[in-house]
Amino acid sequence: MAKKQTVHVKVNGMQREADVEPRLLLVHFIREKLGLTGTHVGCDTSNCGACTVVLDGKSIKSCTVFAVQADGTEILTVEGLFKDGKLHPLQEGFKQEHGLQCGFCTPGMLMSTYALLQKNPAPTEEEIRWGISGNLCRCTGYQNIVKAVQYAAGKLAKTAEPLVEEGVAK
Amino acid sequence: MIPPSFEYLQPKTIPEAIAMLQQHGDAAKILSGGQSLIPMMKLRLARPGFLIDINRISGLSHIKEEGGYLKIGGLTREAELEASPVVRSKYPIIIDTAHVIADPQVRNLATVGGNLAHGDPANDHPATMIALDAQIVASGPKGERIIPIENFFVSLFTTALQPDEILTEIRIPFLPPRSGGAYFKLERKVGDFATAAVAVQLTLDGQGACQKAGIGLTNVGATPVKARKAEDFLRGKKLDDATIKQAGQLASDEAEPSADLRGPVEYKKGLVRELAKRALTRALERAGK
Repeated sequence: MAKKQTVHVKVNGMQREADVEPRLLLVHFIREKLGLTGTHVGCDTSNCGACTVVLDGKSIKSCTVFAVQADGTEILTVEGLFKDGKLHPLQEGFKQEHGLQCGFCTPGMLMSTYALLQKNPAPTEEEIRWGISGNLCRCTGYQNIVKAVQYAAGKLAKTAEPLVEEGVAK
Repeated sequence: MIPPSFEYLQPKTIPEAIAMLQQHGDAAKILSGGQSLIPMMKLRLARPGFLIDINRISGLSHIKEEGGYLKIGGLTREAELEASPVVRSKYPIIIDTAHVIADPQVRNLATVGGNLAHGDPANDHPATMIALDAQIVASGPKGERIIPIENFFVSLFTTALQPDEILTEIRIPFLPPRSGGAYFKLERKVGDFATAAVAVQLTLDGQGACQKAGIGLTNVGATPVKARKAEDFLRGKKLDDATIKQAGQLASDEAEPSADLRGPVEYKKGLVRELAKRALTRALERAGK
């Protein structure tokens, strides 16, 4: 067995660390070492996007990254969206617009669209659909997911609050 | 799926990385974006004992025009290519290509260098770099050497890189005026590898005839294919419906696809014929601008 290495990551604003084998996937690190099971393992082959988290401001598939690669980075998972007792506008949007059924793809969808709205706060429908093209949903047919993102974009534009919390990379 | 155990190394410089490659030989693999390598490791199709992560090395990630070339650092992410103003305005074929590689999340990590060095004929940049007549800069213990792209792809998952070399830069010669290119890919769904894809880069002469043509084919052979016969045919000719159709047929003849879940051989060859026609038409359009 390879030597364990210590990984230091800031996750949802909190400094975390653990000793891990190099072959530990980031998704397993998040779920099992950190206990954050909102991030899901779907296909395990880099297709479905259920494992999507935001690392240093970029949406990535955490099943295709080793935890050791994330040393020194900042990660936002779905658990980090709820803040100060309030749902993030994306979470509100998914609720209002019925953007989920079984909910399995939803954390990945939320994190992909979070990253999308960071870069493009007023996406067209086509841009939203392109933005979630790395996330598969077997239940909804994507229609209400698109509406949820449009809801969130509208809400964020109105409140004009910064999307980025201090400590979470842009 | 869990890869077998490996040692994880994080060199801070290229010489350090090369020394690690020399030390561990065949047991070592370079980790760039990891978006091709890590899935293979998870399936245990690749089992490096040592992973040399080059992501912390500076100076490998750039897009700049210099000395007659567009120089792209090997560690440049696909997403960075997509966003680059110089690539978008002057090398749209590269944007076409980056755009259809996997999906947004993968493109945030996947690198151009990795896409080429992996040696997978199903990756998209090889055909485009063939069409662009690119050069690969390989850095090894004796320094840098230039590998012309047409010599770079040797066989399935094998490139001309020596075990102690790292692909550090891709150089694309400046495009003359009246140049245009396009990349057309058919995939079963967004994010898939190509059922087939064609890259075309043209330069027209003063009379509007083809001065130079570069044509690369994706996923229709053990390596990416340079459609030489189609290229030679077009040289000196005016591109009209008849010549484009003929060129498409020649490109299709040079394709050697395998039958698989994406389709039978004749289907894929037919795709090459049609995609070549569309790519030639779009390239011609762009050359006219």
